[in-house]
Amino acid sequence: MEPIEMKKLQVEIDQLANREVYVHLETTNGAYASHFNKDAYNVGAFIRNAKVTYQRGKVVGTGSTYRVGLKLDIGWIYAEGVNQFEVDEEGRLLMAGHDREGRLMVALQIGETPFHY
Amino acid sequence: MQEEHVVVIYPHPDDEAFGASGTIATFREKGIPVTYLCGTLGEMGRNMGNPTFATRETLPEIRKKELIKACEIMDVQLEMLGYRDKTLEFESKEEMAEHLFSYLNKIKPSLVITHYPGHAVHPDHDAFGAAAIAAVEKFPVDERPTVWAQAISLTHVEELGEPQIKNDITPVFKQKFAAITAHKSQADGMLAKVKKESEDAEKAAQSWLGVESFYIWDFKS
Repeated sequence: MEPIEMKKLQVEIDQLANREVYVHLETTNGAYASHFNKDAYNVGAFIRNAKVTYQRGKVVGTGSTYRVGLKLDIGWIYAEGVNQFEVDEEGRLLMAGHDREGRLMVALQIGETPFHY
Repeated sequence: MQEEHVVVIYPHPDDEAFGASGTIATFREKGIPVTYLCGTLGEMGRNMGNPTFATRETLPEIRKKELIKACEIMDVQLEMLGYRDKTLEFESKEEMAEHLFSYLNKIKPSLVITHYPGHAVHPDHDAFGAAAIAAVEKFPVDERPTVWAQAISLTHVEELGEPQIKNDITPVFKQKFAAITAHKSQADGMLAKVKKESEDAEKAAQSWLGVESFYIWDFKS
C-alpha cells in the first residue's frame, strides 16, 4: 500500500461508481484492548461482501488522514481514518488506516468480484 | 500403554508459538510426536507487519506461509482446519467438536493442549478451547487424553488457583524465539516494542515468555 494521494484515489473511486460492487468495511481496536488496558473497550465491526452500487464516492481529508464516503440510492457507506491505498493484483481498491505500529484500525475495500473467504 | 502423541488445538497461527512452542520443543526433543490443529489463518489479524507489508487480502496467504515455516521449525505435523478468524464463537460448537474429534479419533493422543474456555481473552480462544474439550469428551472416560488448558486472563490465578503445570522453557527458548519470529507479520510489532525497552530482544522476550503454564482440565466425570 502507499500513502493516499487524493487525486489518484479519487480516480479509482470514480471508476467503480454506478456499477455493482462488493464492499469490505471494518474497524477494530483488537480483541486485547481491554486486556492490556482495563479502561479501554473492545469495539469493532466488519461487513464482508456487501453487494451495493454507489452513485458517487468521494475522498476528503487533510494532512495524512482521510475520510471516504459512498452515496447509495438508499444509504451511505463511510470510513474515517484511512491513510493508505492500493489497487491489488485482482483490480480491487483497498484502503486502510494503520497506527504507528502498523496495525490496521480501519479498512474499506471495493471490488467488482466478491472478496475471498 | 498408550503411545505418546501430543495434539495442540488453537485457533490462530502464532498462538502455538507464543503459547506453547517451548513445551512443544521439549516434547519433540524426547521424540514425542506433536500435531497442531490450527483453526483459522488469522485472516482478521490487525498486525500487518511493521513496517506494513500485508493487506487484509494478502494476510491469509502470508500467515499460512508463516505458520508452515513455524511448524517446520518446531518439527510438528500441521493440520489447517479452514475456519475464519473472529467467527468461531458463532459457529456450532457441536460441529466444531465433531470436526476436532475426527482428528483426535485418528491420532488417539495422550495429551491435548488448548485454551482454557472463559479464561483465554480472545473470543476465538474461548470458543475453540470449549470445542476442543467437548471433542475430548466424546471419548469414553477411560480413553480420554489428558487436557492441558491454557488461561491467559488477568484473573485466572485469582479465580482458578495456580496452574498445575508450569513449564520453565528457558532451556529451549531459542526454539521458541525462532517459532515466534517465523510469524513475521505478527511478531514485528511485538519485537519492536521489546527492542525499545531492551537492546537484546531475545533476552527481553524471555523474561515474559519464559514460562508456559497450563491447568489440567477436570472433566468432573
